[in-house]
Amino acid sequence: MRIGTARSSYRHDEALFDSRTQYAWLAILGVALLGFPFVADEYWLYLACLVAINIASATGLNILTGYTGLVSLGQAAFMGIGAYTVAAFEQKFGTPVLLNLLAGGFVAMLGGLVVGLPSLRVKGLYLAISTIAASVVLHFVFANWHSVTGGHSGITVAPAEILGISFDTSFRLYWLFVPITIMMVIGAANLFRTRIGRAFIAIRDRDISAEVLGIPLLRYKLLSFGLSSFYAGVAGGMWAYFFRVVTPESFPLLMSIFFLAAIIVGGMGTILGAILGAIFMTMVPEALKLIVGWLPLSTDATLILSPVRTIVFGALIVGFLVFEPLGLQEIWRRIRRFFHLWPFRA
Amino acid sequence: MDFDWLFLVEIFLAGLGAGGLYALTALAFVLIYKATRVVNLAIGEMLMIGAYLCFGLATAMNLPMWLAIVVAVIASGMAGAVLERVAIRPMLGESPIAVFMVTVGLASILVGVVELVWTSEPRRLPEFMPNTPVMIGEAFVPPKVFYGFLVAAALIAVALTVFRFWRGGVALRATASDQQTAYSMGINVPRVFSLSWTVAAMIAAIAGVIVGAVGGISSTMGVFGLSVLVVVIVGGLDSVLGALVAGLFIGVVESLAGGYLGGEYKLLATFLILIVVLMVRPYGLFGTHEIERL
Amino acid sequence: MARDTPLLVSALALAINAQHELAARKRQSAGGDKVHPGKVNPILEVEGLTLSFGGIKALSDVGFEVAPGSITTVIGPNGAGKTSLFNTISGFYKPSTGRIRFEGEDITATRPPARAKLGLARSFQNIALFRGMTVLDNIKLGRHTHLRTNVLDALFYFGRARREEMELRQEVEERIIDFLEIDHIRHMPVSVLSYGLQKRVEMARALAMRPKILMLDEPVAGMNREETEDMARFILDVRDEWGVTVLMVEHDMGMVMDLSDHVVVLNFGKLIADGTPAEVQANPEVIKAYLGSGDVSELRERLHQTVAVGG
Repeated sequence: MRIGTARSSYRHDEALFDSRTQYAWLAILGVALLGFPFVADEYWLYLACLVAINIASATGLNILTGYTGLVSLGQAAFMGIGAYTVAAFEQKFGTPVLLNLLAGGFVAMLGGLVVGLPSLRVKGLYLAISTIAASVVLHFVFANWHSVTGGHSGITVAPAEILGISFDTSFRLYWLFVPITIMMVIGAANLFRTRIGRAFIAIRDRDISAEVLGIPLLRYKLLSFGLSSFYAGVAGGMWAYFFRVVTPESFPLLMSIFFLAAIIVGGMGTILGAILGAIFMTMVPEALKLIVGWLPLSTDATLILSPVRTIVFGALIVGFLVFEPLGLQEIWRRIRRFFHLWPFRA
Repeated sequence: MDFDWLFLVEIFLAGLGAGGLYALTALAFVLIYKATRVVNLAIGEMLMIGAYLCFGLATAMNLPMWLAIVVAVIASGMAGAVLERVAIRPMLGESPIAVFMVTVGLASILVGVVELVWTSEPRRLPEFMPNTPVMIGEAFVPPKVFYGFLVAAALIAVALTVFRFWRGGVALRATASDQQTAYSMGINVPRVFSLSWTVAAMIAAIAGVIVGAVGGISSTMGVFGLSVLVVVIVGGLDSVLGALVAGLFIGVVESLAGGYLGGEYKLLATFLILIVVLMVRPYGLFGTHEIERL
Repeated sequence: MARDTPLLVSALALAINAQHELAARKRQSAGGDKVHPGKVNPILEVEGLTLSFGGIKALSDVGFEVAPGSITTVIGPNGAGKTSLFNTISGFYKPSTGRIRFEGEDITATRPPARAKLGLARSFQNIALFRGMTVLDNIKLGRHTHLRTNVLDALFYFGRARREEMELRQEVEERIIDFLEIDHIRHMPVSVLSYGLQKRVEMARALAMRPKILMLDEPVAGMNREETEDMARFILDVRDEWGVTVLMVEHDMGMVMDLSDHVVVLNFGKLIADGTPAEVQANPEVIKAYLGSGDVSELRERLHQTVAVGG
């Protein structure tokens, strides 16, 4: 606990942010988020939007895998459901953007509930593998249900339009995505202050005890699946408005692995972990681009970029699992703790 | 309507051929699981490394194929031992999910390495198998598939006899279920770990060479591993016999799906079988049922 | 087994002696009356329970009653089926025959979460706390079934969820944390706590369920003298202040004989004695179960001899 922050009420003790220093930092973050789009160029705005989408999806996966302990390799597939729903609604009904996003979330949630149904009988690794199966089946559906998904060529998505303003640049999409993502993250944080979130953690740690305490396992596992795939669906919908084309190849198994890696690297089971992990994993390819560009190489740098990225990706997963299983958020916390005591350290 | 029996038979035989390779790779997987309790999702990539090492030795170093194969298999074995020592051993005692994710990471690294050295373009292995068409009755079997099947069958037969009659089979299971106790019983646990990964990598390499010979090699060969995953779930994660039976079964099913419905239905069929098996008999046909103690 | 008999004889002897120590305290707090099962409707009834695993019968035709407000203990040598009995009452094992009745209602077919909602709370032999959470969160989980926050409430938090959480927090702090004296560790992750404290947190969590009957599986296993006395004190207080019926499995004879109103003895899955502590102690079947068959006085002779020689 930070020095000099005595709590005077239970409400104070349970708050998300609880000291004046934290409020100050939050204010600075808020100002930074508001000011960023005005100082950043197209490239950085593009990245910011991508980061927002990834944070939303990673937070969703974290609820399922980090907090409830149900490993899923299907996050990309659920995003795909969300993306296709949004694309189809936009194309066929022309319904408002926010409604489309909600619809994307709901349809993805239904998918999540179906995939989660076996989770009572099928546990651990077997459940993870069944989510791979779900991904394969969904990919097949995306590629072959021509009437709805447009088959292999997919669907092109018109730019999002709200109140007559067309969101066709990264600058404009930023103002749509960032608030949505912030709401989703706060929602997740709130979840774990209540009995629902606690029940999820209980299921992860010792599901037999959870049952003895009266938590109906199937209902809560389904709830977790539903919630995390809702998040994925909304993130997928945002993805659709961002890239403006949705094809069956847009959401491969590799992307599910990307998100799983993001929460492992960031720190499973913590809200901050999903955020840090998503940011880190999105930035790493960009950082690699820079590094590879600087290196004096005889061959064309761009040729080796892709394989190097793949290797680094795998190495990050292995490295963090072996050396820092608590992830980036643990490193962050250690740095913070150091600075809490900094002037007084011997 | 005149049913095309010949077509069916040929599809069936092709399926058996593919199934034999699935069974062989599944054998490698089961060996790792039996000895170390690790679900190795990188098995497809280990297969790929074997194929590429062979390719590299044969083309870049101009070794005769037989020598290239032998050296590639041995080198793969060593690579397997290195992987185990560097990435798996430190994860001893961690949750199975974490170890599973480590193998996912390893798979990614292997794919990246292959793409770095050989680019992602598909290549062909130099020919080394007899080219004369093989006819079983009236049915035509691609020669490479046939000889590949023979090799796979031979290796599996050897494995089955070894596990049936070798004392070490028990040591293997002991190490997997309780490392501490196995250690105090005098079983050299680290050596069992290294050995199992080495041998498994070698088997995967052989499978890789055959798969490469049949269909060429590419950096996406690892997707073979997904079908093998289904095979071991259906057969039972720790059952050699299960690997054999399920391997052939899945091979035939995929072939039938591909032949009658179309190529894109292959993976779908395989995974639908997986879903059914997970619901009805999650421990597979021959796997041992783990009981949770309250 | 032969080597254990002197120990067990002395254990029983110690138990009889220790009884006098704590008996006075117990008489003070509980008003001294032993509760007679059968006079009031039993809160828990087990009838003709048989449980088999393949060919092995873990429980054979076990039946007894637990009176409301009593402290009932199940004892028996290792492997007698005590934990299996608990697991069956909790709902994890399905008995092949027999019924379980809670407050008159047949719960044999009810699933564990529903039994918790009815008021059946239980602790485990190996500590079953949730290691990823703090003490406070673990305790709050006990109240899960009685809370009503749903997902949408939870996501928005301000409003119903926060109100419920604050009420919960207040009640947990004032009634449970103070009662069990664990306020100094409330924010600590449970994994760093000592064994004795973890057991206490587990009891706190069980209490948060507002149970009608509290099933404790070896509550003082592995504890030293002081911790055992603390736990015994808490159990008595729980019964007296909260009106909770206690059903426990225990090996510590001193605690059993002194605390219990009613003792049930199992051996090889069968019920061999059922009555007050004094009755059970005198029961020859019980002595045979713990000490093996053979003449007791002859064994005593042999014991004196071995002790004299210098064993």
